[in-house]
Amino acid sequence: MAEDSVFERATRFLSALRHCQILGLKLHSASREGLTVILPYSPQIVGNPLTGIIHGGALTSLMDTACGMSTLCVLPQFEVCPTLDLRIDYMHAAEPNKDVYGFAQCYRVTQDVIFSRGFAYQDDPEQPIAHVVGTFMRLGQHVRGIKRGGPLAAVDTP
Amino acid sequence: MTEITQEQLRHACERGDYALLLASIPYARLIGVECSRQGEELLFRLPANKDNIGNPLLPAIHGGVIAGFMELSAAVYLLIATHATGVPKIIDFSLDYLRAGQFRDTYARCQVWRQGRRVANVAITAWQDAEAQPIATARAHFKIQESSKTHCP
Repeated sequence: MAEDSVFERATRFLSALRHCQILGLKLHSASREGLTVILPYSPQIVGNPLTGIIHGGALTSLMDTACGMSTLCVLPQFEVCPTLDLRIDYMHAAEPNKDVYGFAQCYRVTQDVIFSRGFAYQDDPEQPIAHVVGTFMRLGQHVRGIKRGGPLAAVDTP
Repeated sequence: MTEITQEQLRHACERGDYALLLASIPYARLIGVECSRQGEELLFRLPANKDNIGNPLLPAIHGGVIAGFMELSAAVYLLIATHATGVPKIIDFSLDYLRAGQFRDTYARCQVWRQGRRVANVAITAWQDAEAQPIATARAHFKIQESSKTHCP
């Protein structure tokens, strides 16, 4: 699979998620080794009005999206992969008025489950704001998701 | 945007004024978190909002929104329950998604399992149809400010 096809698939996937559009999430880079999504700073995602620091929920949305999308990097074909669980460890608060980058990769793919991990940072990837691990369920290729041109079919309940 | 001062925040916490608290948090307004008191309990509500949708096919609420709703509920609960003077800082957050969050109202309830001098452990349950069938459960640790004014609920 060519790297640009991963980028293209990830961009298409991201554009279909309404809440991600509200947050203004953008794909920064994508390859078979993982991908990076940008959460632009915006006053609407502030959690502490006294400091202007963004809320952990916006960061969680960024990292849930990045981890979920990182399954696109390792699967030969698109599969719907709902989140089983997610854990976020906050290293330090994000600085106001700066975008946040969320990197995620899959480190184990089994028949039923995909294990992914990532981190969020601002200026320096060596100084992450948060570390994340997430587990995703594979629903299989028969459960179709987003195809070019829009939704194909309803998603079965696992 | 409702501007809030340190002094107003302190008063809001001391009086248990969750409405003022939620109105002052931009992220709470973005996803639309509400709160009501039920006896001694606080019930949090996230009304159905198409801007919160992640999966467009089901449609389902974005997992990150459910997480944000639960984390925010836990922080506000802690502020109200402990009469804390400062905003609790999240240390870590772990959640299990049990069912898809459908495009309808979501509710959350919190419980402080342990409050030490510096750290509090809060459990959060979120549901839609029935509380006994949660769509997600979560657990958060918060760093709370050591203060003589902080006392257990």
